[in-house]
Amino acid sequence: MELRDQIHDFVVENFLFGDNEPLKDDGMSLLDNGIMDSVGVMELVAFLEADMGLSIEDSELVPENLDSIQNLVGFVTRKRG
Amino acid sequence: MCGICGAVALNGSLTLPDGAAERMIGAMNHRGPDEFGAWRDRSVFLGHARLSIIDLGTGQQPLATADQSLWVTFNGEIFNYLELREELRGLGHVFRTQSDTEVLLTAYRQWGEHCVDRFNGQFAFAVYDRGRRRLFLARDRFGIRPLYWARDRDTFLFASEVKALAGWPGFRPELDPAALGEIFGTWVNVPPATPFANVRQLPAGHTATLDPGRDGAPAEDPVLRRYWHPEFLPADEDHRHVGNEERARLQGEVREALTDASVIRLRADVPVGAYLSGGLDSSATAALIQDTTDRRMKTFSVGFKDAAFDETRWQRIMSAHLGTDHEMISVGDAEIAGAFPEVVWHAETSILRTAPAPLYALSGLVRSQGYKVVLTGEGADEVFCGYNILREAKVRAFWAREPESRRRPLLLTRLYPYLEQSPAGFLARFYGAGLDEAGTDPFFSHRPRWNNTGRIAAFLHNDVATTAAARDPEARLRESLPAAFATWGPVARAQYLEMTLFMAGYLLSSQGDRMLMGHTVEGRFPFLDHNVAELAGRIPASVKLAGLQEKALLKAAVADLLPAEIVTRPKQPYRAPDSASFFVGQGAEMAADLLGEEALRDAGIFDPQRVAALIRKWRAGRLTGARDNMAFVGVLSTQLLARQFGSELRERIADAALEPAEIEWRGVEPKP
Repeated sequence: MELRDQIHDFVVENFLFGDNEPLKDDGMSLLDNGIMDSVGVMELVAFLEADMGLSIEDSELVPENLDSIQNLVGFVTRKRG
Repeated sequence: MCGICGAVALNGSLTLPDGAAERMIGAMNHRGPDEFGAWRDRSVFLGHARLSIIDLGTGQQPLATADQSLWVTFNGEIFNYLELREELRGLGHVFRTQSDTEVLLTAYRQWGEHCVDRFNGQFAFAVYDRGRRRLFLARDRFGIRPLYWARDRDTFLFASEVKALAGWPGFRPELDPAALGEIFGTWVNVPPATPFANVRQLPAGHTATLDPGRDGAPAEDPVLRRYWHPEFLPADEDHRHVGNEERARLQGEVREALTDASVIRLRADVPVGAYLSGGLDSSATAALIQDTTDRRMKTFSVGFKDAAFDETRWQRIMSAHLGTDHEMISVGDAEIAGAFPEVVWHAETSILRTAPAPLYALSGLVRSQGYKVVLTGEGADEVFCGYNILREAKVRAFWAREPESRRRPLLLTRLYPYLEQSPAGFLARFYGAGLDEAGTDPFFSHRPRWNNTGRIAAFLHNDVATTAAARDPEARLRESLPAAFATWGPVARAQYLEMTLFMAGYLLSSQGDRMLMGHTVEGRFPFLDHNVAELAGRIPASVKLAGLQEKALLKAAVADLLPAEIVTRPKQPYRAPDSASFFVGQGAEMAADLLGEEALRDAGIFDPQRVAALIRKWRAGRLTGARDNMAFVGVLSTQLLARQFGSELRERIADAALEPAEIEWRGVEPKP
């Protein structure tokens, strides 16, 4: 599966319980739109570590890396690169 | 403590259907199993289930004045009845009983609907004035005791609980999915709304008057009047600096008012026990009554098998300090899941947490020890500023004055230490919601909470969600705010909202009255004595919540009564394991039964696909956040409620019905 689809599916299943309606586009902020709460950030990090095999530094936990599907795809791609 | 019910013909004469009295009173016999009384005349029926606490010999109800022109059915206590009795005697009234019920009735005769201003108590009652053909309903200032009403065609019905209304043969409460949807946001229904489309509740601090058939025209609805609401200082006075001397004086006043409030709540002809949670508030009330009796005080507490929730250590310290005879019960998943259906049946609403369940178990312990009355620390956090949401309001208001500040939001990590692990950029996003409307949005303090809880409305069926959103409960709430609200500061506004919504609609009901009365136990709450609350409302927030120190003034006022470690320990919010309580055994069976696709479709309230995804996440053990847990417990409790008040209702009511001989019909009217 494409990286983007993997991340998209995680967000839809885990935060939106299968309902992709609220997710208008990949650039949409997950925080400002209430899709992800503070525990959600931890769930997201657990997903990136366990399912994507990344190891994430505290300094990388910023909205610029994590706050939209687009940002996440970019972040994971850079990490893997 | 008791249960009350009644029926009033809105035009002409009342036909009391066979078995109506037996079913209505029987449906709430957990509230009062000691005696069952009823009275009727041509157009009215009043019923009563009694838990005998004051005047065991002659306190039966319904009770009439000597001339039988006024009749009352009353649930609760008027704690200052002895003082009122003297006052009324001085005005020429004569008393035949030792009961507070007769004082209530006489006070109504003397002062009419303004009698409630004189009462220090927790009450819901109905007075029927035969001369004027008027029904008068009243509920205490904070909503400690419940009161509902409904209509069956030309009959007006009222009762302490919805299930008692359901005892009326022609009436069936209809769950309102959209009203349940509102709970998935603010946690409660804004009164007079209830989870039932055809049931209303009297809001706290209100009276209602019903004039059936006056001038030949039947009254449509009772006329509501608000006689009390929490009051606070204007914003500039609320955060003024208070010097040491004044603070010491205020501390003394708080101690005195609290002592009076605790001592007057010992008035009973049965022994009074006390809860010990291990926290400051119940420790303080228990300590305050310790010296007033020679009898060794009996205290009760609930502990958790899961150490993360358990406060047993602190409860032991406190009971040892006071030398009480202490009883405790320890609950785990099996007890929480096992009690959950009964908890929902008693709560009569959707609940988003399991926290009421351990308190239901605790009242069962109290009852098994032969006690009927307990004092608790309920209300201290609202009245004296203990809650994080109040501290949060203060920090966010401070931050809103410099919205670009990166330092100001960091104060939130003092409230929620786990946020320190949350990246800095995220903090501002979670708690910055509505920052630009700090001054104009009356619900500024509650935005983060409501936004977060509101997300779980996503599990509602689309049609239900659309209807719920169109109801706009916020608009109704906005209209109900007192004029002075606009002049209050951020902490006072948050206090008002906490008291009138979350405390009245959840803590005092789903987690209070209902869990206590489910096992026939009356709770009494010194912090909710209106003299205490009014005093606290006149004290600047800057003293109650000093900086970010919660309950600073209260702590200072009671510190000498308590071990230092109880005063200085960090506040631990009372919580219970939520979705994790249902992993195995009875809980797992219940979840499988109620959360499957078919059960969800039958009830028609939730979207089966989304709930299925929630269940997958739960089964995988990944339901860790508060939001997901609220959704799980909310869906489960709602599904239970829909079944209990749907297919099971008829049988439940029939099973609880009394035998005709169990009811004592009072008065001189011929028996029906």
